[in-house]
Order: sequence, then structure tokens, then C-alpha cells
Amino acid sequence: MNIDLLVAILMTIAGAATPLLIAALGELVVEKSGVLNLGVEGMMLIGAVTGFAIAVSTGIPALGALGAMIAAALASAIFAFLTLSLMANQVATGLALTIFGTGVSALIGAPFVGITTSTLGPIFPAALANDPIGRLIFGHSPLVYIGLILTFAVWWFLKHSRAGLILRAVGESDSAAHAIGYPVLKVRYLAVLFGGAMAGLAGSYYSLVLTPMWAERLTAGRGWIAIALVVFASWRPGRVLLGAYLFGLVITMELQAKAAGFNMFAPEFLAALPYLATIAVLAVISVAKRGGVAAPACLGKPFRAAA
Amino acid sequence: MTPRLQLSGITKRFPGVVANEAVSFSVAPGEIHALLGENGAGKSTLVKIIYGVQKADEGTIAFDGQPVSIGSPKEARALGIGMVFQHFSLFEAMTVLENIALGMDHPPPRRELEAKVREVLKTYDLALDPHRDVHTLSVGERQRIEIVRALIQSPKLLIMDEPTSVLTPQEVEKLFTILRQLKREGCSILYISHKLHEIQALCDGATILRGGKVVGTCDPTRESPRSMAEMMIGGSLKDLSGKDNCVYGEERFAVSHLSAPGEPPFGTSLKDISFSVRSGEIFGIAGVAGNGQNELLSVLSGERSDDVDGSIRMDGRELTELGVGARRRAGLASVPEERNGHAAVPTMTLTDNAILSARGPKALASGGILRTGQARDYAKSVIDAFSVKAVGPQALAGSLSGGNLQKFIMGREIMTAPAVLVVSQPTWGVDAGAAGFIRQAMIDLVDKGASVVVVSQDLDELLELCDRLAVINEGRLSEAMDVEGISIDRIGLLMGGVHGETRGDQARESAA
Repeated sequence: MNIDLLVAILMTIAGAATPLLIAALGELVVEKSGVLNLGVEGMMLIGAVTGFAIAVSTGIPALGALGAMIAAALASAIFAFLTLSLMANQVATGLALTIFGTGVSALIGAPFVGITTSTLGPIFPAALANDPIGRLIFGHSPLVYIGLILTFAVWWFLKHSRAGLILRAVGESDSAAHAIGYPVLKVRYLAVLFGGAMAGLAGSYYSLVLTPMWAERLTAGRGWIAIALVVFASWRPGRVLLGAYLFGLVITMELQAKAAGFNMFAPEFLAALPYLATIAVLAVISVAKRGGVAAPACLGKPFRAAA
Repeated sequence: MTPRLQLSGITKRFPGVVANEAVSFSVAPGEIHALLGENGAGKSTLVKIIYGVQKADEGTIAFDGQPVSIGSPKEARALGIGMVFQHFSLFEAMTVLENIALGMDHPPPRRELEAKVREVLKTYDLALDPHRDVHTLSVGERQRIEIVRALIQSPKLLIMDEPTSVLTPQEVEKLFTILRQLKREGCSILYISHKLHEIQALCDGATILRGGKVVGTCDPTRESPRSMAEMMIGGSLKDLSGKDNCVYGEERFAVSHLSAPGEPPFGTSLKDISFSVRSGEIFGIAGVAGNGQNELLSVLSGERSDDVDGSIRMDGRELTELGVGARRRAGLASVPEERNGHAAVPTMTLTDNAILSARGPKALASGGILRTGQARDYAKSVIDAFSVKAVGPQALAGSLSGGNLQKFIMGREIMTAPAVLVVSQPTWGVDAGAAGFIRQAMIDLVDKGASVVVVSQDLDELLELCDRLAVINEGRLSEAMDVEGISIDRIGLLMGGVHGETRGDQARESAA
């Protein structure tokens, strides 16, 4: 195997991993605050279509990414209002958000099917990315770097900042946090909005970087993988990074196997690999006791301030 | 001298109830002032108002002579009011240090905070490792976190809500030493409790609440626990009767070498528990919360039978493999600690709740068809016999007060005439009148030849009620002791077992 192919594979892995990483980090923060938002897939689709539409209309992909974050955050605000203020069931509302996102993105995206846009290209000067090693370090889309920085930032925020401590406290025991005097609902609102913005950004990666076009259900269930990743990682940012790249590897294997004409299995089986891996991971985690202990104690429970 | 805290005419109404009505009292600097009252007397609401968790509808609060309006716990802390909650406001999965930082409004950087925490620990001679995760700590240690949280902000007024209900006698002594030290330093303490001998030993003044109103003030050192109790309940106290003339019969209930894993995530596993109870006997299991009581109760009741080793026998019959329903039919009734949602379904009527546990022994659902008429009659008879205050069998369980619901639940089990009754915290959060009634009912039950196992954190209750008792600590049960002539010191040491001899034994065992 020559070095060019190896670098190409590594870059594909990073590309496949990045949206999972960003969406999962957002969901991790949401879950750490004690809210379970299963609407990641829907928010990613809303982000993907909004980002694409803005990029096509303005010709500026970066503006598209920004718009994707805002649109998905707005969608998550609906979720937050229903589950936090009206105390609707979080699981059901999250599923509804995914269904809503799927439908609304198809509606918005209908006029854009078949159009292509300029992509969110590398940020470093092309000269740096001439040789294979340079390409591996400098040749990625900005979102790949953002994903890595975000991993560190989320870790630092949760571990070392006061706001992060309060956020974890709210997720561990909402009643205790309330008794001490922390605004439980406000913290959760902010966390959900952040999670929405990250899901939107992750979604825009599909329509602005991976495939500069729009198609219905473009994210193809990757939002669910992101949710599984959070559990897989026992709610730790470092492990989310590891898990995302591992899934990136599985996805890349599928692509490479197809490209190499490897036909021992049906192509459908290869396409199903990442999802099978998700199920396997979740099954293993739920058997192992660690997963249970690492979960925020108030995950998915509605909070009502005592009168 | 200007009082540290002065309440005048505090009134707080909730839909349907007046929690506090024109409550006035004051606490002097350096005074330990007791707030006495039964559950539901309005103590908790009152301290929540002082700590800014709730707002009074009427009345004024003055702090150090200045009228203040306390809108939030933050504002209370800014004034110099600290609070130690009855149900700890701690975060299990976090470290001690993180928990302390969360209790402060402007915590210093980590290192500085740690130094400050260590200083407080040293000043008050408290043992606590700042880097431990809370879920690994005992209840006593957890309370120390709450205390450090309050002390680190140098409070002028410290509110303690039922601080000793979860402590061993030795830990209580230690706590009192700290409180007296604080008092010498000029800190006022508002001490909420219904343990009267503690109030006598500790407090300088007391305000007694009943039904949301101040019904009296007294100097606890000049009163007897009985006279204070009578002020609290507004009537005379009845003594338990019938305890002396009972005869012990054959061994009815025997548990041997019972082991089971703890309930995730932070449960305690049961280790080789053995005890036996004779007919006509009440057997007590004392211990600090979280030492395996919940696990023991669910294994005895039959709620858990997976991974359980050992045997449970009643009248020689093996019960270990049987589920809850089969055990009830065999004559083993049980009442778990949590009334709402475990012992009873709050949103169902008393009739339906009666069917849930008495359907077997009372044949209320034979052939899979509910006999609603009989069930209603049965619920009615429980209500009458246990003087439960409810509109009738059709009342929802959740509409009853804690004491009345507990009376109904106990009655529902006792009136099936079980051979063995296993109960956890039978009088937890129940007013003194109902508590006396429930205890009497258990005594009457054993007088008829049944056996009763009482799991309780309230040592006074066990000493009053039981013939023999054993102490549970870290999932191990001590040997049984006769209550007559028992040494409180020894029980206390057994309750706090980890710090005494048990740890040495364990270390030697694991070394061997």
C-alpha cells in the first residue's frame, strides 16, 4: 500500500468521524445536564438543509455552517420548551423532533435537489498540503479541526470550569441543585441549545463538505450513531473522540471495500456495518456495569420545582 | 441585645392549607434555639422561608436588627445564613471538594478552596477526605460535607434540619461538640428536631409549633421530654401497653447465611446475614441508612430472589424460592419504607390498594376476577380498626397524610393476620399519635403469636418496641442482643462499624 492511499484512507476516516464527533459532543453536554434529546438526527437534517440553502443562496459556505447551527438550535428550542417548561416526555418528544426534522428538511430542500454548491474547503494554504504528510495535517476542512478543539473545550469546560461544575450538578441531582439555589431549567435550556447548535453544525458537514449537494435524509441515521457514541464513551469527551474515529474507521472500511470490488458480502451488509457496530456497542455497554454508573443520575427525568 | 434573627407574624398559605400562621420568635446571638413540632407542623416551610427557598405571604424578618427580604438561598448566604438540609443536597458522583464548591457563591480557585476546607476540618476536628467521591461515603461523612459547606462561609446563623436522624449516638455527640464550639464563637443555631432528649441536652430555648402556629416557648433545660412532647401534640401521651405479658413461643422465622448483591448503582450488598425470631417476639434491626436495609427488606419480602444465597424459613417451610405473592399467601407480610409508590399506589383508591397486597390472604381476587364489594368492605374495616382519617375506601391513597396512609398500609397487612410481618421504618415521618398507634398494633399482633421484624433507623423506637435487636452495618448483621440492659454505646459502635473493629477484621480476613 503506498503512502498516498494510506493518507487518503486516514483523511476519509477523519472526514467520516468529524460529524459524529461534533454531534456527540453536543449531545454529551445535553445529557450531562440531565436531558435526553433523541432528536439529534432531526436537528442534523435541519442543519444540513439550512446550511446548504444558505450556501447556495449566498455563495458563502461558512455562512451556511453558521445558519445551520442557528436553525438546529431553534429546533432544539422547541424540544426544550416542550420537555423543560411543559414537562413533556423527553423520549417521545425527541423522537418527534427527529420525525419533524426529517419532514421539514425534505420540504425546505425540495427546490435544492440536484444543485451543487462550493464546499467548505481547507483553511490552510494549499502549499502546506502538497506532500502526503502535509496533507494529513493541513489538508482537512475546518470542521475537522473544530471537532478536535471542541473535544478539548468540552472536556475542560466540564472538568475545570465553574459553569461546567454547575451543569454536571444539575444533571446529577436537580433537586439538590435547586435547593442550593441554581437555576436548573435555565442551565438545561442552555445545554439543549448548545446540543442543537452542534447537531446543526454536524449536519452541515454532510451538505457542505462530504457531498456538496442536498438529498432527502442526507445524514442517513448518523444522528443515532452520535447518541450511541455518548453512551459508548461513558459520557467522557476523550472517549467520544476515540469512539467517533473508531466509527469513522468502520465507515471508511465500508467505502474502501466497495471501491476495491470486495464482494464476499452483499454491499448492503457493508452499509449496515456502522449500525450493527452501534447495536453491538450498546448491548455490550448495557451488560457491563460501568455504563450505568457513568450516566448522569437525573438523565431523562423531568424537573418540577417544589412549590 | 439585638436578636440575630427575628420573625414577626410570618404567614404562608398553600392551596387548601395554612402552613404557617402568624409565627413570631427570635434567636439571640450565640443561642441554640430549637424549633419543635410534629411532621406537618410547619417547621420545614418556616426554615425554607428563612433560607429564601420560599416566600412568606405576610410578616417580616429582621436579621441583626435590620429588616430583610430574603428572595433566594443566595441572598440568605450573603446575609450569613447557612443551612444543613435534612435530605442532603449532595451530588453522589462528584467529589467532596466539588460538592463544597457547588455550595458556595464565589468559590476561590481549587487549591485555595482545598486549603480552606482543610483548615475548617482541622478547626472543628472533622475527618473527611476532600477528594473522595460522595457515593463512597457514610451518611455521617456526608453530613460533614454539608456542615463544612456551611461553616466555610462563616455563618452567623446556622439552620440544622433534623441533623441527627441518620447518625449513630457517637456521631451525635461529635456533632453536639461542634455546635457548642460554634455557639462559643457567637454563631446562632436554629435546631429543628423532634428528638426531645437531644434538645434538652443542647438547646437554650425552644419554640413549639403545632398546626402552623406557635403554641408555646420553653426553656428545654427546665422541661421533661414528656412535657415537651405533650406541648407538641397538644394532648397527653399514651403509654404502650401489653408488652409485658407476652410469652415467647417456638422459632417462627429464621434467616440463615443470606447474601445478595447491592442494588445498582451505589447499593450495599448483604453479607451472610442470619437471625431468627420466635413467636410473640419483635425483632429489631438498627443501623444507619444505606447499610443494606433496603436490600434486606426486598430479599425478605421476596421482591428480589435473583442472586440470593442462603435460606429464609417460616415455621420450618422454605420460602427462599417463592415470590412476593406466594410469600404473602404463606403468611409473610411486608411493608417497605417508601409509602408513596412502593407500599401504596398514590393515584389508586384505598380499596384498590387493599386488593394489591391482601388479594391472596383475603381472597379479594379469586379466579382472576376482582371482588370489589368484599375489597371495599375490607378497606372499610381497616379504616375503622386503625382509625384512618379518610373520606372512605374510595379516597385516593395520595390524598391521605403520611401518618394516615401509614396506618392504612400497616392495617392492611396486620388485618390479614400474618404469621410474620416485616416492616421498614414503620413510623418514619408519622406524627406521634399515629406512631404510638402503629407501635401498639404491632405489639397486639405479636401478642396473638405472630413474629415481627422491624427495620428502623430510629433507635429510640426499637428500644421501646423490640425484645431483641441486631445492628446492620455495611451489609453485615451483628449478633442479636436482648434489649433489656442493652448498652447504647455498644450499639452506637456497631452502627458505625467501619470506624471500629470490623475494618480491622476485614483487613485481617483479606490478608489471610
